[in-house]
Amino acid sequence: MIKTRDIKFDYDNQVFFEFPDIEIKNRENLLIIGNSGIGKTTLLHLLAGLLESKSGSIELFGKEISNLNSYQLDTFRGENIGIVFQRSHFVNSLTVKENLELAQFIANKKDNNRINTILKSLGILDKSDKNTNQLSQGEKQRASIALAIVNSPKLILADEPTSSLDDENCDRVIKLLKKQASEFNAQLIVITHDNRLKKHFKKSIKL
Amino acid sequence: MNIFKLSIKNIISKPLNSILSLALLILGIGIISLLLQLNSLIKTQMDNNLKGIDMVVGAKGSPLQLILSAVYHIDSPTGNISVEDAEEIKNNRMVGSSIDLLYGDNYKGYRIVGTEDKFLDLYNAKIKDGKKWNAPFEVVVGAKIYSKLNINLNDELISSHGLRETGEAHVNQPFKVVGLLEPSNSVVDQLIITSPQSIWDLHEEHDHDDENQEEHDNEDHDEHEHDHDDEDHDEHENDHDDEDHDEHEHDHDDEDHDEHEHGDKEITAMLIKFKSPMNIIQFPRQINENTNLQAAVPSYEISRLFKLFGFGIETLTYLAYLIILVSGFSLFINLFNSMRERKYEMALIRTLGASRSQLSVMVIFESLILTISGFLLGLLVSRLGVMFVSSLMEESLNYSLSSLYILNEEFWLLGLSILIGLISSLIPAIQVYKMNISEILADE
Repeated sequence: MIKTRDIKFDYDNQVFFEFPDIEIKNRENLLIIGNSGIGKTTLLHLLAGLLESKSGSIELFGKEISNLNSYQLDTFRGENIGIVFQRSHFVNSLTVKENLELAQFIANKKDNNRINTILKSLGILDKSDKNTNQLSQGEKQRASIALAIVNSPKLILADEPTSSLDDENCDRVIKLLKKQASEFNAQLIVITHDNRLKKHFKKSIKL
Repeated sequence: MNIFKLSIKNIISKPLNSILSLALLILGIGIISLLLQLNSLIKTQMDNNLKGIDMVVGAKGSPLQLILSAVYHIDSPTGNISVEDAEEIKNNRMVGSSIDLLYGDNYKGYRIVGTEDKFLDLYNAKIKDGKKWNAPFEVVVGAKIYSKLNINLNDELISSHGLRETGEAHVNQPFKVVGLLEPSNSVVDQLIITSPQSIWDLHEEHDHDDENQEEHDNEDHDEHEHDHDDEDHDEHENDHDDEDHDEHEHDHDDEDHDEHEHGDKEITAMLIKFKSPMNIIQFPRQINENTNLQAAVPSYEISRLFKLFGFGIETLTYLAYLIILVSGFSLFINLFNSMRERKYEMALIRTLGASRSQLSVMVIFESLILTISGFLLGLLVSRLGVMFVSSLMEESLNYSLSSLYILNEEFWLLGLSILIGLISSLIPAIQVYKMNISEILADE
């Protein structure tokens, strides 16, 4: 259950954002669509607890995250939210597998089987001991999805996951994300300007 | 995986980033630790050999030379003194005990000392195999010498004249090894010991007439310039080179040998222990002012020597601290740049649920891992340095040093390394702590 009400945000009192309320039930996915500069990334950061809203409420799985302090927010995020960024980020000194182990360590969940299950399901099990900068673009995107879901989050947030992809790959990636989300019992919120994704979601909001 | 492992991986993945700071730190720590080790080892060596010696009496000359030759057996003697003069000092009521020393010959660079039994007790040296020297030309050999030159009981040693191997060999009079000493960790380990009589006999066989030899010596030798047989013994010791070769070619003058058995014998130096430590102030001065002998106080001369070295050591130490400071600064710049390069990584780790402080700890770990390994490698370098210096000393002075211990001061160096690590990482750690992850991620 994800519910937001009257979220407002501004950058130094200069750029003001007001976001429409969001409400999705368990097992529902959501597409948030909007043009550049409208505050898509800001909304994603607010939902992920990376930014603090100036007013309004954000309730994730029964918890009002604006009431959490910085440390609690970090812990909450580690346990419940996985983020797929527009560009893949990794800890470059570590291999794919070590990145996933680090994510598990941070969330205090050690489970080697899960790492293998995820890598297998994403088709990159053979890359697990590769350094992340040895991966191809497609493999990187899969690895970053693995990183987002390794700790069994209840919510996966994806920021423009398809914007730079051709139609074929766009289809492939969004299907992969949805498949992973349902396979591992997570809800998916995709924030994008990419209209091609509309057909993949029953529920969408326009900013 | 954990934060500590992550820090190690981060360092290993970009080894070139930190190599300069690490090298500087190793250099700085290495120099200081080497100086500390050498200072302590040399001091221990020197003090070990000083025990029980309050004063050394010998011929006039440099007091430091007298100490270095009579106590440490590393310099040339200042000259000889007559047995009567020595006797007079021994009879003084302030003198507790005394040991005569005669030296001026060597076997393969190791010095042969003619002395009394008490000499072994002074250094707590014990016979391991065989017996003490007794008859003339019987010798007891120090631990370092027999293990190095592979000398066994009953071997015969041909001594050479002077203090270097290149001296004229005393072919006619070999020494016989009757005893081997246990290692005593003192100067005895590198000496070959015999009776005073052996040395007297050894040199009685040659006479000489080239009086000009005396001229390299100190002025107080003039009085010895009668042509007694024992006389040349004196000279052998004084000339450091081989100029005395020709005198051996002259015929022996054995006739007057017996007449001079008493009276005109000479010794090289005498080690004195006082009855009361109070005498150390007054008695040496009395000897130096009122007799043609020289008295030197080892502890005083050695501390004077250390003071002379002290200035150089201090300068070098400050230089080393400066290098450590620069290494800390270089480490800080590394970390600072590295954090900027890795800001997306940091943001990622935060989005995975890591707290601000976990990231700061990671930065501090990276810094500490570097400085502590710098410390350990620095110690390693200093031990290699000690080995190197030891081999140099072994070659020229027969002394060697070995160090397996960590000195207390070196624990301070560990503390200093940790401190440098903490200070260098302080600003980068704060920077990471305050990082705005949303801004970094929105920036992509």
